Amino acid sequence: MAENLPEISSEPIVAGVTAHSNFLVSTGATGTKFLSELRDNKKIMGIKCPKCSKVYVPPRTHCPTCFARMSEWVELSGKGSLSSYTVVRYKEPYMPKEPPYAYGVIQMDGADTGMAHILGEVDLDKIKVGMRLEPVFKEQREGSILDIDYFKPSS
Amino acid sequence: MAERIAIVGVGQTHHKSKRPDVTTAEMIAESVERCLEDAGLQMKDVDHLVGGSFEVADGYHCPDKWIIPELGAVGKAGLELQNVGTTGGVLAVASFNIAATGLFDTVLCYSWQKMDEAAGAFGRGGGGANEYWTGQFPMSPITNFARRTYAYMDRSGCTEEHIAMVRVKQDQCALKNPYAQLRLGLTVEQVMSDVLLAWPIRRLHMCPTTAGAAAFIVCPEERAKKVTDKPVWVEDWFTCHQGGALTMAEDPTSSTLRHACEVVYKRQNIKNPVKEIQAWEVYEPASPAELRWMEEVGICEDYTAWKLFEQDKVGIDKEVPFNPSGGVTATNPIGATPVVRLVEAALQVRGDAGEHQIPGKIERALATGYGGQGENVIMLLRKTL
Repeated sequence: MAENLPEISSEPIVAGVTAHSNFLVSTGATGTKFLSELRDNKKIMGIKCPKCSKVYVPPRTHCPTCFARMSEWVELSGKGSLSSYTVVRYKEPYMPKEPPYAYGVIQMDGADTGMAHILGEVDLDKIKVGMRLEPVFKEQREGSILDIDYFKPSS
Repeated sequence: MAERIAIVGVGQTHHKSKRPDVTTAEMIAESVERCLEDAGLQMKDVDHLVGGSFEVADGYHCPDKWIIPELGAVGKAGLELQNVGTTGGVLAVASFNIAATGLFDTVLCYSWQKMDEAAGAFGRGGGGANEYWTGQFPMSPITNFARRTYAYMDRSGCTEEHIAMVRVKQDQCALKNPYAQLRLGLTVEQVMSDVLLAWPIRRLHMCPTTAGAAAFIVCPEERAKKVTDKPVWVEDWFTCHQGGALTMAEDPTSSTLRHACEVVYKRQNIKNPVKEIQAWEVYEPASPAELRWMEEVGICEDYTAWKLFEQDKVGIDKEVPFNPSGGVTATNPIGATPVVRLVEAALQVRGDAGEHQIPGKIERALATGYGGQGENVIMLLRKTL
């Protein structure tokens, strides 16, 4: 007990506070274009910097290196290589899949950046960095990054 | 010995209620692009960044990790800060402090709020900002300014009509400011018949929810003189805090603004503020707050500011050019709002405010940030050293 404070005879009183809020996230014109292509055409689009020529996927509006505005879209095959991954074996309410499942960062062919997504149709004990992957799209698509159901090993 | 510092560039977005066309980071980048263009600089010239918003109202945590890449500023020195409504003021003061060390040449301050994404989260702000004793009785800014305004009216003789006059003045200023959000063409009758939120506060009296961003660049003297021939000197700055609303034992109409101004006026030997300061951008979260703030900054005697409105003495080209931009009741991207005040004050000093430029030479301008239930940040700008 700290000096000169009253003695607590029963239990310290600790008040509960509830803070629950819902938020929206604007994906902007650039994000909307990317998500619309996923939804309408099952296409994965990258965007290219006019100064350094790096291709970003998912796209952003300004190049992180040059602060140049980017507007040149590049259609990607969707195929790529796994650059890192983790297998999730615990459950939280915000998760997009029932565990166990794997998250991976996919280095897309024709792009300079990795893209995070879920790995599917794969033995969780046999995932290897460098393995080739391709996207599997959902039947019902709504303009979400989860319109790609997962990436599966490419034949 | 601290360096003398000057603002060399400013930028802001055209403030709107909704900006679904941009992400938060893209919206900030828009203000930063305008700021860099105004200064004639590029991102590669910036060597320190200071940024932030009122994070609780945004629903984000550590957003700098995805804002910095959008700004092309990966690898640069940077700080992210927040302090509810005064966030922009705290960001500005931190930027001034950093520039005044002389350790960095070109400090970029960026600020934002994208309230179209907050979906009502701000409603809890009044409770969440307070300790247990007041947090159990959460007062939003609406109820708090109702309480303050009622006390003010009770003491001063100010009526609902006078408060409506303040709102109309703010709107008339905003109509001349293309960056302002609410530009409505209001009449006193319209304001007085608007939806009542908590007497005497009507919807039109409260600051709106805004999506917007504002930025500025501040440099030490030597660098500032190289960058621009129109530096705006930051003469002094001060931050001042106050306890939660219901635990305040003092005058319910007052804030820390009077004390903060007294400190700065004494340091700069300002004896007659209404003569020595020619432009005011003072953060008023609700229209009637402007009355008390005018008294607290030293423009007029206690409980008399409403008479200046009755006599039609307040406006861009009138005796008291108070909040020529239209103020916070026209535009309120919370985390950026004090930076908007600073940007507008700097434009007034430069003579670049456009249609809402105050006529005559502006030697000094005072901008403030307000937050919580009484915190104030003072930013005093000067044309000549």
